[in-house]
Amino acid sequence: MSLISTLARLEAVESGRARPTATVLHRHLTDRPLVLVPLTTAGEAGAPLGALVGTDREAPRLLTVSQPRDRDLRFAFLAELAEAVLPHMEAYEDVVEPAERNETDPETGKRTRVEVELCADAPQLIVPSRAGIEFVRLLGRSMRFRRTAEEDPDTPYPAPARVPLLGRWLTHYGERARVPGSSLLLAATDLLNRHWATGQSSLEDQHLGALLAWIDAPAGESGASAALRAELERDGEGQLLCPPAGPATDPAFDNRLLAPAIEKYDRARTSLAAAEDGLAADARLAELTAAEREIRALLADVTRPTWDAVWRGLDLLRELPEGARAEDRWTRDRWSFTGHRDRVRSGEPPQPRRDDAVTAAQKLASRETAQAQLEAQEALDDPLVLAGRRLAGEAFVAGVTEVVMAYSESKRPSPRPLVTVRTDEHPHLGERTKVYRSLEGRPQTAEFAGYAEPEDGGPPLLVLRILDRMGRSKEPAPGSVPEPGDRIVWTLFEHDQRGGPKLPDPEQTPWTHGGPPGAAGHTESPDPVTAEDLL
Amino acid sequence: MTAVFDPGAQAARATDAILADTLGGTERGIVVDSPPGAGKSTLVVRAALELAAAGHPLMVVAQTNAQVDDLVVRLAEKDPGLPVGRLHSNDTDPYDKVLDGLANVRKSAKASDLAGLDVVISTAAKWAHVKNVEPWGHAIVDEAYQMRSDALLAVAGLFERALFVGDPGQLDPFSIVGADQWAGLSYDPSASAVSTLLAHNPRLPQHRLPVSWRLPASAAPLVSDAFYPYTPFRSGTDHGDRRLSFGVASDGSAPDRVLDEAADSGWGLLELPARHTPRTDPEAVRAVALVVRRLLDRGGAATSERSPDPVPVTADRVAVGTAHRDQAAAVRAALAELGVTGVAVDTANRLQGREFDVTVVLHPLSGRPDATAFHLETGRLCVLASRHRHACIVVCRAGVTELLDEHPSTEPVQLGVTVKFPDGWEANHAVLAHLAEHRVRWPG
Repeated sequence: MSLISTLARLEAVESGRARPTATVLHRHLTDRPLVLVPLTTAGEAGAPLGALVGTDREAPRLLTVSQPRDRDLRFAFLAELAEAVLPHMEAYEDVVEPAERNETDPETGKRTRVEVELCADAPQLIVPSRAGIEFVRLLGRSMRFRRTAEEDPDTPYPAPARVPLLGRWLTHYGERARVPGSSLLLAATDLLNRHWATGQSSLEDQHLGALLAWIDAPAGESGASAALRAELERDGEGQLLCPPAGPATDPAFDNRLLAPAIEKYDRARTSLAAAEDGLAADARLAELTAAEREIRALLADVTRPTWDAVWRGLDLLRELPEGARAEDRWTRDRWSFTGHRDRVRSGEPPQPRRDDAVTAAQKLASRETAQAQLEAQEALDDPLVLAGRRLAGEAFVAGVTEVVMAYSESKRPSPRPLVTVRTDEHPHLGERTKVYRSLEGRPQTAEFAGYAEPEDGGPPLLVLRILDRMGRSKEPAPGSVPEPGDRIVWTLFEHDQRGGPKLPDPEQTPWTHGGPPGAAGHTESPDPVTAEDLL
Repeated sequence: MTAVFDPGAQAARATDAILADTLGGTERGIVVDSPPGAGKSTLVVRAALELAAAGHPLMVVAQTNAQVDDLVVRLAEKDPGLPVGRLHSNDTDPYDKVLDGLANVRKSAKASDLAGLDVVISTAAKWAHVKNVEPWGHAIVDEAYQMRSDALLAVAGLFERALFVGDPGQLDPFSIVGADQWAGLSYDPSASAVSTLLAHNPRLPQHRLPVSWRLPASAAPLVSDAFYPYTPFRSGTDHGDRRLSFGVASDGSAPDRVLDEAADSGWGLLELPARHTPRTDPEAVRAVALVVRRLLDRGGAATSERSPDPVPVTADRVAVGTAHRDQAAAVRAALAELGVTGVAVDTANRLQGREFDVTVVLHPLSGRPDATAFHLETGRLCVLASRHRHACIVVCRAGVTELLDEHPSTEPVQLGVTVKFPDGWEANHAVLAHLAEHRVRWPG
């Protein structure tokens, strides 16, 4: 934890209110995010229990599974989820703008610019917590290898038509969420934790209710006591007033409310199956419907507070203006969305279970680039984030006191002006450490050339040698060299990131990494049916 | 009757076996594990010269530009006539200026300019950008345990077969983003190049250098037991071969007493009172700076097998090691305040592969309220405790033993990942138990 975030947390403890750790919004929020509050069944991995989903905060769509261990009901739930989510995705697929991309011509090997489509916007998915993102990944994994009756007439348990497609989209979103700074799939807790520091532990910060209690505490109450109530307060029946944001449910809810309701449902179903005449069947069907309705009401009650909390969190976040460079990162998300749209449309198979060596290396490299870029961009967008970097000695603000013209020692001397600056900060400068400033939105590089003693005493001045962005002629371009009196932000970190080297194609995987994966044209087969699939 | 141990002969036998496999073996790869200061660079230079002499064009992959330049200089020293290519980046000052004075070293940013030279050397990062060249028959990969698997993936297409040399006990490579998703895969891109190589090619010959020429007889047993329990090594010198002495007698202060203890025994622990502190603990930082200042003031002189006469321990023969960069910066500032210049102050990552007469270490766990995986990492402590030829002085707050007991390792177990042994917890305890015998309390 950085010194400044420790300080912010201490201040939060003292004041009883969360402290802002950002002055701008560092993630892009679309106008119409799709919020998904999923619930899972205790004790059975990947068995959804229900979900609230939708783009209208007043009218969420409630999906439930009355008996989570019934595979037919589970498929029905997933089919409903696909109907709730996929139309939202598809609405963005055909609103495109022309764009250009560099591509390598497979025949000549030359890089050429090609005209392509870029989706003008992308659908955004918001879940309450980080565990929700994991659950989205799990749902994607459980669906994308399923086969529909249309794809494979022989499959014993065909999936409803759009379920595998939903699995591919959720997998793509789950994978994209691992890229630092991406905004396609976000957790409300992560968003809030990025912008505020509370006075509780980072473990407690994963509790959406407690987190909001610190950020938006009711008047007259401290964040700490509101957070404690959010975590612990129960009603007369022993149920939490602020149910967990899921996907896991509270055991007290499971034991006292959910289990009896499911049992009632099971009994009604068994007795309906045993009904011998139409009259009895009608009565028993009514019982079954009532039991179903009871489960729906229970699940609506435990998901609605979380649903409202997510929207409240989004309201709070929208009060911040969006950071200047967040748009640039959102464009990358749009490219990611467009890319996956194209892969689905061209009939590519679902994402493999595991990445091959080359894909894994590529993903790691691009995420490292994204992480470094995110850290730099947040600091450049936000003075409060920059303050943290300044406190850590990774950036400094300095006033220019003197500029002396100098030239490089080469056949064609180029300008290398020496700029003397005064700062009372303590950047970690070593011999020839590179520092960067933003000049018309692009970085200019300088190197630390040494200390100078000021004439009036005081702390030593810093001498910086400007290295680039001064034009090609012998005299620096106007405005490209700092002038005495300028106050400039210098960073020790680079503003842009260079991409890594091009890795070999997967078919060229070298012997050190096991050679090319599988045989040519190898695709993953669907999940085999196991005994556990049949209850 | 016990045979007299001859470290030179034992090391020579190991080297001969390695060279025989490199020049005449049939496997595509050879792995050589080298403990600290066991002559890894010497081996790399010798293997390069022999391969070149046998008419095999060779590429050498090192991890940093400093390592590359150092290898080029060593090669030129051994064989000034050998045509060597230094492939470098397009940055300003991409290589050490010393190379400009070497007649047979050609430097270029383009691999095609260096084609046909006997040996071409560069960093893994630069090699990764080399495309469309005829693959080399042989390669040497230096510091292969510090190279990440994805870096090897990017360069492995450039060579047919390779000698991988490195120190398994030093810091593992790391990534700045989570890579748990690939944990347990044989080609986990965040793992070390050697672990991927061996996972896919388990039958490659593996060799080991058995003698540390750097570590003194006082240090080798501890470092070997604590960090290399299954692949022990010993020092090339014996007790009494090396001596550290001072021209000025002790003034009785704690820094002077810990210096005397370290000169005497090879180890010293300057223990400050227990306290939770910020990372840049001002008292501990000042203690480190004072010890260095006194070491230089008292005219330290080192006697070793290298020369019959004592050699003064000057600032460039002393290093300060820390865990974090801000700690290093704080120590540098404290040293500057005391008027000390020329002492290398850096983090464990950056001290890897370097050698000094005396090191002063700010213990990674000193003053901490918790013991995280970063601070417990075995390699970090191993690097800090194995840079010295004569003595190592550790500055630490009391209470680290209790801290360790309160924080057993809690990292999640990943399926398919080889558990590293010893873990940092165990290694830290081993080192602390040994240091406790050389403790000086301050204030005493």
